[in-house]
Amino acid sequence: MIWDTVHETMPRPELEKLQLERLQAKVRQVYQKVPFYRQALQEKNLGPESIRSLADLARIPFTSKQDFRDNYPFGLLAVPREEVVRIHASSGTTGKPVVVGYTRTDVEIWAEVMARTLAMGGVTHDDVIQNCYGYGLFTGGLGIHYGAERLGATVIPASVGNTKRQLMLMADLNTTVLTCTPSYSLIIAENAAEMGIDLRDTSLRVGFFGAEPWTYAMREEIEQKLGILALDIYGLTEIIGPGVAQECPHKQGMHIFEDHFLAEVIDPQTGEPLPYGEEGELVFTTLTKEALPVLRFRTRDITSLNPDPCPCGRTTVRMQKVRGRTDDMLIIRGVNVFPSQIETVLLQVEGVEPQYLIIVDRQHHLDDLEIWLEVSPEVFSDEMRGLERLEQQVRRELESVLGISARVKLVEPRSIERTEGKAKRVIDRRLM
Amino acid sequence: MRMKQVSVFIENAPGRLAEMLRVLQQNDINIRALSVADGTDFGIVRLILSDVDKGIAALRGAGLTASANDVLAADIPDEPGGLLGSIVEPLGKSGINLEYFYAFVDPTPGRATVVLKVRDLEKAEKALGM
Repeated sequence: MIWDTVHETMPRPELEKLQLERLQAKVRQVYQKVPFYRQALQEKNLGPESIRSLADLARIPFTSKQDFRDNYPFGLLAVPREEVVRIHASSGTTGKPVVVGYTRTDVEIWAEVMARTLAMGGVTHDDVIQNCYGYGLFTGGLGIHYGAERLGATVIPASVGNTKRQLMLMADLNTTVLTCTPSYSLIIAENAAEMGIDLRDTSLRVGFFGAEPWTYAMREEIEQKLGILALDIYGLTEIIGPGVAQECPHKQGMHIFEDHFLAEVIDPQTGEPLPYGEEGELVFTTLTKEALPVLRFRTRDITSLNPDPCPCGRTTVRMQKVRGRTDDMLIIRGVNVFPSQIETVLLQVEGVEPQYLIIVDRQHHLDDLEIWLEVSPEVFSDEMRGLERLEQQVRRELESVLGISARVKLVEPRSIERTEGKAKRVIDRRLM
Repeated sequence: MRMKQVSVFIENAPGRLAEMLRVLQQNDINIRALSVADGTDFGIVRLILSDVDKGIAALRGAGLTASANDVLAADIPDEPGGLLGSIVEPLGKSGINLEYFYAFVDPTPGRATVVLKVRDLEKAEKALGM
């Protein structure tokens, strides 16, 4: 079902005309209200009048995650702080999160795009949605929540965890829609099996899974074990949260809500825009958001765009499943982990060499983190106990800093491959 | 008597032990005795070598992690109850805990040598009447 027929099936020339008008208005707004953008535009000799066609977008400088950090917390706001009715945040590398604000209108827009998202999976006001994304600073929980209410569906704000209770609610309230991370859906399935519940016999019909990388193989497993349609959902805090793009039941990529979010794919090295179909870094410009308009935000997600008409009738461009990231941030069990954080922990432990390897894998549907450490002569002795203690200490420290557990494996010196220039510190075996 | 023991870190993978042994062979170093402490991912090989300093240098030169430490070597009768009566009971009476030990048969008939590690070597020497 299409929630907003006007915008979701708009002929592309008309859509592009709308995008241009909105882009011009946003550039004008940020030029006047946000010193960061005014300066960036002025450095390129650009002003609000410079944007005459959508092609002029390529002249606008990029915005990065670092710019959010540099302007923490409210430096990028285009409205007075008093007009902000909501704050959300995502976890960051070193302490400071990315903080985003929403005006009342922004919250309305968010509810709209989230209603479109859910409707795309066939959800209506008759449905019961069990929302197992985390509620709080994370955009996932409340984003889904407001969209579901906009749709008029019944929301169970279950949040994450307490799986047995989740299953009880699911059975007793006849949940039809599940929203959570893909890995959590499989944990729910495992718990159900242990309790002797066959989820295929329940009212569950469709699920919206995202916030962490997952494969099509995992989709098949989810669909088979839960007896549902499993759809891919995409969003990011800097842009709005969930509700940026959503897969329809034809499963041919995720429809981007282009009347609100203008998408480009660029060459991550040169910054040059790439034609449709070519793989590169996804870049978003928000066209309607008031509190925090963003020009050309580099998502670091690698994908390609497809503007061909979709059998579902929508004319919006579709992004392929994200294939990787340009930077080194890892999402492990839904938690953002940067290799730099791991390195910081390791180097604080006495006797640990700065030679390490981070190996991420997926076992039994759960992300698995293993750290290989080279043993230094300083820490080595004739006793096993000393080395075992070192392993335990590193494991404890990692757990307390990252909030997730990791296995630690001691290896021989020089057994970790050295590379010229940027060291290869991470092996992600979960790759799509 | 006190003796220098060489310990080497070895990853628990095929070929790693051979690598270490080859280094010793190429440097003409003989192994008098050895024991292995095995963990899940790695082990520690403890060696009594014909030449400690040369052995350490050769192993480190080959990129292995090796260190030397003092252990006690006790000469015991190679007969039933030899280990119990000469080592384990005296140490137990003195309240000394054995960290680890290993033994080999001596070239002298009827004798054996026990290499042992305790926290306090001096106290152990006294208990064993060394």
